[in-house]
Formats: sequence, C-alpha cells, structure tokens
Amino acid sequence: MTATAANTETAPRKQERALITPEGVNLRIRLASAGERAAAFSIDVSIIAGALVVMTLLAALMGAAIGSAEFVGVVWLLMFFILRAFYFTLFELGPRAATPGKRLIGIRVAPRNGGRLRAEAIFVRNAMREIEVFLPLGFLASQGGDQVSGLIALSGFTWCAIFLFFPLFNRDRLRPGDIAAGTWVVQTPRRKLERDLAGGGERALSNFEFSTEQLDAYGVHELHVLEDVLRVRADETMAMIAERIRNKIKHVKKAGESDADFLDAYYTALRKRLETRLLYGVRRRDKFDER
Amino acid sequence: MTEPGLDDVQLQSRRFRMEREADWLKLEELLERVSSKSVTSLTDEEMVALPRVYRSTLSALSVARETSLDQNVIEYLESLCTRAYFFIYGSRSTLSERIISFLTVDWPAAVRAIWKETLIAALVTIAAALVAYGLVMNDADWFYSFMPAMFSDGRDPAATTESLRETLYSEGEGGLSVFATFLFTHNARVALFAFALGFAFGAPAIVLLAYNGFILGSFAALFASRGLGFELGGWLLIHGVTELFAIVIAGGAGMRVGWALANPGDMTRLAAASKAARASSLALAGVVIMLFIAGLLEGFARQLITDDGLRYAVATATGLFWGAYFYAYRTEARP
Repeated sequence: MTATAANTETAPRKQERALITPEGVNLRIRLASAGERAAAFSIDVSIIAGALVVMTLLAALMGAAIGSAEFVGVVWLLMFFILRAFYFTLFELGPRAATPGKRLIGIRVAPRNGGRLRAEAIFVRNAMREIEVFLPLGFLASQGGDQVSGLIALSGFTWCAIFLFFPLFNRDRLRPGDIAAGTWVVQTPRRKLERDLAGGGERALSNFEFSTEQLDAYGVHELHVLEDVLRVRADETMAMIAERIRNKIKHVKKAGESDADFLDAYYTALRKRLETRLLYGVRRRDKFDER
Repeated sequence: MTEPGLDDVQLQSRRFRMEREADWLKLEELLERVSSKSVTSLTDEEMVALPRVYRSTLSALSVARETSLDQNVIEYLESLCTRAYFFIYGSRSTLSERIISFLTVDWPAAVRAIWKETLIAALVTIAAALVAYGLVMNDADWFYSFMPAMFSDGRDPAATTESLRETLYSEGEGGLSVFATFLFTHNARVALFAFALGFAFGAPAIVLLAYNGFILGSFAALFASRGLGFELGGWLLIHGVTELFAIVIAGGAGMRVGWALANPGDMTRLAAASKAARASSLALAGVVIMLFIAGLLEGFARQLITDDGLRYAVATATGLFWGAYFYAYRTEARP
C-alpha cells in the first residue's frame, strides 16, 4: 500500500465542481471527460446514421410501390433535416436531459449556474452544433476537384478540428455551444449500495486484539485501499496485503487465522479508530500524516 | 452510551447507516421508477414522500462525509443525491407541456423581444433589394453577379419573356418537390447560420441578410423589366411573406447576440452574448417552424393557386397571421 496522490475529501478531485443545493449541501459533481463526451457523441451519430439508413430503405420501398423516385428524395431530405435539427434537442429537453448516447455513458446536460435547465439553453447548445460540426462537414462534402475547393475543404477541416478539440482547451470541458448556452455536461454515475464491511468485520474482530500503535500505522487512504481489496475479495491480493500489514504492525499470525478474517478485523478496527479521531476533528490522510 | 469494548464493536458509522438506509433505498427505488416510467407512475403518497426522503438522504450525505470512512456509502450517497437533485430541481415538465408553452407564450414573446433587431434586419434586406434592383435595371449583367446559377434555374436575362412567365405558373413536377424540400432545408440552415454566426459581432448575419436582399432585388428587376413585376409578386409572396419574415427574424436574433457581444454592459462579453443567445434562441426555434410552413406553401399552395389575386390574398393572410401572432396578442413572458 504505497501512498499515491492524496485521495482525500480536502483535496478536490480533478474535474470536480461544486454544486450547492438549495439545502446548502455541496454535491461535488464531476464533469464528463472529453473521452466520455466523444463516446456519447459517436453513439448518437451512429444512431442517427442507422435511423437514416432504415428511413432510406423504407422510403425506397414505398417509392418503388408508388413509382416515384422524387418521393424518396423528399422523405430522405426531410428525415435528414429533422434528425439533424431535433434529435439532440428533443432528447435533451426530456427530464433526463440526455441523448441515448449520453444516457448510455452516464452523463447529462446541466446548467452551469445550478437552477433549472431551460429549453432555451438546450436549443442554443444544439443550434451551435450546426457551425461546430455540420457546417465544416458540409464544406468537406461539397468539394469539387479544383484548387479552390481544396482550400475550402482544408479550411473546413481546420475549422472542424478547432471546434472538435475546443473542449480540451478549457477547464470545464465546454464546447462553444455549452459556452453560449451556459451549460456543461456532468457525470451521473449509478453506484450500488454494497454491504457494510464492518458487519462481517465486527464478528471477525472478536478473535483479534489490536493495540493503538497497531491501529495508528495507517491513515484514511490506506483504509480506502483496504476497502477496495476487501470488496473485490481476490484471494491472492488479500494474502499479499495481509502479509504486508502483519509485517508493518508486527502482528504474529496465529494458528488457523485466515487472511480474510484478519483483514476484515483489521479494517473494522482501523475504521473505528480513524472515525473516532474524525469525530475529534482529526482526519489522518495517510500513513505519512503525522497526526 | 458507553464505549463498546473491542469484542462488542458497534461502529458509529455502521449504526448510522443501519438506521438511515431504508430512506436511501426508498429514494433510489422512487428515482428508478420515475426515470424508467414517468412521474405519473408515483402515487400521491410517494409524491409526498419523495422530497422527504431526498432531504433525509441529503442530510445523511453531510453527516456521512464528516463521520464515516466507508467510501462506498459516501459515493453511493453522492450519486443518489445528485440524481435526486436533478430530478427535484430540474425540469419536470413533459415534452408536450414544453411544446404547448412554447407555442402559446414563449415563441411570440421571444420574437417580440427582438423587434428592434428584426426591424433593422428587415431594413437591411429591403435596402439590399433596392440596390440590386437599381443596378440590374441599369445593366442586366449585374444579375449574374448576384445570382448563383443553382437558384436562378434558367431564370436569367438570357431567357425569353414567355419562358419567364412560364416559370411563374408551372413548377414542372407536382407535389412537394425535391427542390422545395431542398430550399426549405437550405433556408433553415441559412437561418441557423445567421444566428450562430451572430457571435462574430453580428457581421455575418448582416452580410447574409444583404445577400438575400440582393437576390430578391435582382429577381424583381429581371421580371419587372419584362413587365412581369406584379405576377412575380404573387409568385414570390405567397410563401415569401413567411419565408422572408423567418429569415429576417433569424438575422435579428443573430444581431442581438452580436450586439450583446460588442456592448456587453455590466456583464462580461461572453456572459452577455450567451444571455442574449438564450433569450433569442426560442425565436430561432420558431423560425425553423416558419420555414417549414413556407416550404409547404411553396410546394403545394403555389402550384395549386395560379391566380395572381388569390396568391396575393394568401400572402396578405399569412402576413396578417404572423403579425398578429407575434405582435398583437400579448401574454406575459415566463419569469
């Protein structure tokens, strides 16, 4: 258990922003990373493309039935326009404020200043998509073969690249549409409530006794690492960690003492010790924290 | 409470969790239901319970942060509270409610709010049209400078008067033709650009409006020079009232944004522009609808109605309708 970067409540995690509820609690939301945004966008684009293919096939079938190629063209153009103009807007207007892609990734749109997400904001952030993505793509698509078209294509490409990487150049991962609309994209992860490790630990603890010195060997960071290990419960890792802790706190392994029991018991005792100190206002960050 | 011995440990944080977790699980279950179905799937009792368990969970989060070192509990509570917060303080109106409120209140209010810019946009278009009209009247060659070949579609000074007259009364193909649909999607994009480009101090919006005016003016000059001015008016205005109005509103919205960027007042430039963009964006959403209607008028009405008088009647009716819808009926904008 080496001490890595301080993983504590006092040092805000990267990409963490304050969101104070009206009840005065800071929810400490996390912004969606550029990768998550890109993944969500790719999923949405695939869905749009898929819908277009299906629509084109349907229109082609109907067109063949009534014998009009023009009909196909009209339906296709309208569908393309509707998907392009309203796909993002309509989904983000819903109560979940997320397109299917965003929902799959576990992110959503939220207003930067707290408060309600207004329809205007959704509309603006998606209208800006028009010049961020579709305009330069249009340049790329509509080129001929001569030099001027090449230049237009190049500038279109540059434009596209600037907007594509725009979110990487500001701390809040905003694309121009977000800036205009006053929104940002945040994570809405779903966590399951796992069982309380102290439950099993309290039972195991009846067979162990730890002195205060033994419990003062570690801090909160190590406790959390231990928690992760105990939740995964991989035998090999547990054996290794148990060995290191025993060495560090000079605990002699008794006959018939299992690694799992030892770790459960030590986790519980350590958590109790650290939580008690927490009540007195001392949060011992890690084993290097001399408090 | 006596300090428990080591063989009788009851961790404070564990006891805390045991006492409170029923509320947490209740909140999670309610959120799960409203997100997979809808708010209406909750009974009255559950609707009342929701804010209570939310506040209870939120206070549990504060307490847990200060007293518990079980990181799973804290992460769970954070994610649960965030989701609950977005539900409780976020928008709960359904899509249809939003659409109704948009049609009855928000759209006209948004258009009214930018009436000054709309007026300027209209003046720019008219001025550009007059300039182009004058130039083309003097020298027909100007026509080619203003008009992309794609749009003129054979309607240029080289065409005979007869063939020009022809274009006004027969579209060739029937139904909502591909060309009309293309024009609609094209115009809608032009409108969106006019708005989005407002961020460059509104200059591109003005250029776009002027360009639109040039095309209009040179068209008018071409037909007027052959004595077809009145007929062109009917052909153009039957859908043009709606379409030009829409483009002018879009340009106005773009100018509002550009103006806010140039003269931000007390706010930062970005904040001012973004506020203006939000305020005028609903007008823009409406513009797309107007363009859609214009496309229908262009595709159907113009082909079914070939009588000049009737065309002017429809044009007047649409003009009156939009004017009354936006400016006559006053409702209070949403606070």
